[in-house]
Amino acid sequence: MASKDSIAKTITVATLLCVVCSVIVSTAAVLLKPAQVANKELDFKRNILSAAGMLEQGVKIEEQFKAVDVKIVDLSTGQFTDSSAVGDLARYDQVKAAKDPSLSSPVEDDIAKIGKREKYAKVYIAQSSDGKEIVVLPVRGYGLWGTLYGFLAVEGDMNTVVGLGFYDHKETPGLGGEVDNPRWKAIWPGKKLFDDQGNISIAIIKGTVDSAAAGSQYKVDGLSGATLTTRGVHNLIHFWLGEEGYGPFIANMKKGKA
Amino acid sequence: MKAKELLFKPILDDNPIGLQVLGICSALAVTTSLKVTLVMCVALTTVTAFSNFFVSVVRNQVPNNIRIIVQMTIIASLVILVDQVLKAVAYDVSKQLAVFVGLIITNCIVMGRAEAFAMKNPPLPSFLDGIGNGLGYSFFLIIIGTIRELFGSGKLLGFEILPLATEGGWYISNGLLLLAPSAFFLIGLIIWGVRAYKPAQVEQDEFKIAHNTTKTAEVL
Repeated sequence: MASKDSIAKTITVATLLCVVCSVIVSTAAVLLKPAQVANKELDFKRNILSAAGMLEQGVKIEEQFKAVDVKIVDLSTGQFTDSSAVGDLARYDQVKAAKDPSLSSPVEDDIAKIGKREKYAKVYIAQSSDGKEIVVLPVRGYGLWGTLYGFLAVEGDMNTVVGLGFYDHKETPGLGGEVDNPRWKAIWPGKKLFDDQGNISIAIIKGTVDSAAAGSQYKVDGLSGATLTTRGVHNLIHFWLGEEGYGPFIANMKKGKA
Repeated sequence: MKAKELLFKPILDDNPIGLQVLGICSALAVTTSLKVTLVMCVALTTVTAFSNFFVSVVRNQVPNNIRIIVQMTIIASLVILVDQVLKAVAYDVSKQLAVFVGLIITNCIVMGRAEAFAMKNPPLPSFLDGIGNGLGYSFFLIIIGTIRELFGSGKLLGFEILPLATEGGWYISNGLLLLAPSAFFLIGLIIWGVRAYKPAQVEQDEFKIAHNTTKTAEVL
């Protein structure tokens, strides 16, 4: 069939096919976008609540999230800033901002391997059921296969851990993926981040922590079979607690001057 | 061929994984938990069925020299659709499947059926053939997924079946089952089982090792 294989026919078929397929794909993308964004936001909020240990089953996430105060922190000064610095507070995405040269700066001592750090962080402040203040800090850093994104929740003293959780990572299921294991996450609450001199002391060690030994409040069990993921989590926590992370903010909060 | 034959022949007689040995890559990757496996099966069956259907609809218009790229375009569009729908409807699962939904595009079963069946048959039989092969793929994946999740993490669909020793139970989980090589072992065992039951599937050896032509004693 010469007509079917002619150049004109080939080009017509190819063009038509591309047009039809692209129309279908883009229509779907546009129509489904609102539902996808809503899902993503809900998942994000669920993770914040879960890190803060406030997640209740059966109650709508949106309802629970009303108790959470969203604030913007200028990471270089460590002070709360007016949300107008980032435009729309609800829409500000600090991970995206880290890729925008006008809203970020390169990291000098990049132990968490994040490349660039945003100028403004979005932190979440909530009251626990027993009236304690809880501050939820977004953290991220490189594990074995990719960046882990999560939240570190601390008490108002900026030292006692309330919870740690990751909402997105690419670690191996069953090994590094065990960062999601509720049993491992349950080790974190109550641990201390800083020693009496204010040095970052939290560490993830190999094996199991002897709870009777001195300094056990600064130590967390490593995940077996996931040395590199464990190291990644350790480094990202150290980075975000350090001078280039929330260090200044934590210092201000401790003095009550944020 | 009858509809019944198109639908069920690929499950045991002409299984895409078991006999044609296609689509192994995703069979390793998504079978660590049964829930993800099931979603993957539904996604792949949908894509295979509809790509077969559309490829068959346009088959008489497609110039020969661009037929593969035409098939790819149709398949890729369908996969993007499935991915978008999953993100909107089942966000948790789509997070777990992550990149594998996108990789359906490269799944050999989809292309294989488009080229081998849909290009030569009318739309409706092609659609049924797609579903049939999807079911064949699902049959393998569900067996592998069940074994891996049950013995690898003591759960099925996320519910605890065998209480793990690490969580106060008695079952010491087999970590190997959570790693990709275990799926190879399982696929091998299932293929062995199927071929023992249906010896017609046993392939002719392509190469036979001959007996020694010279004796050592003669050389020395």
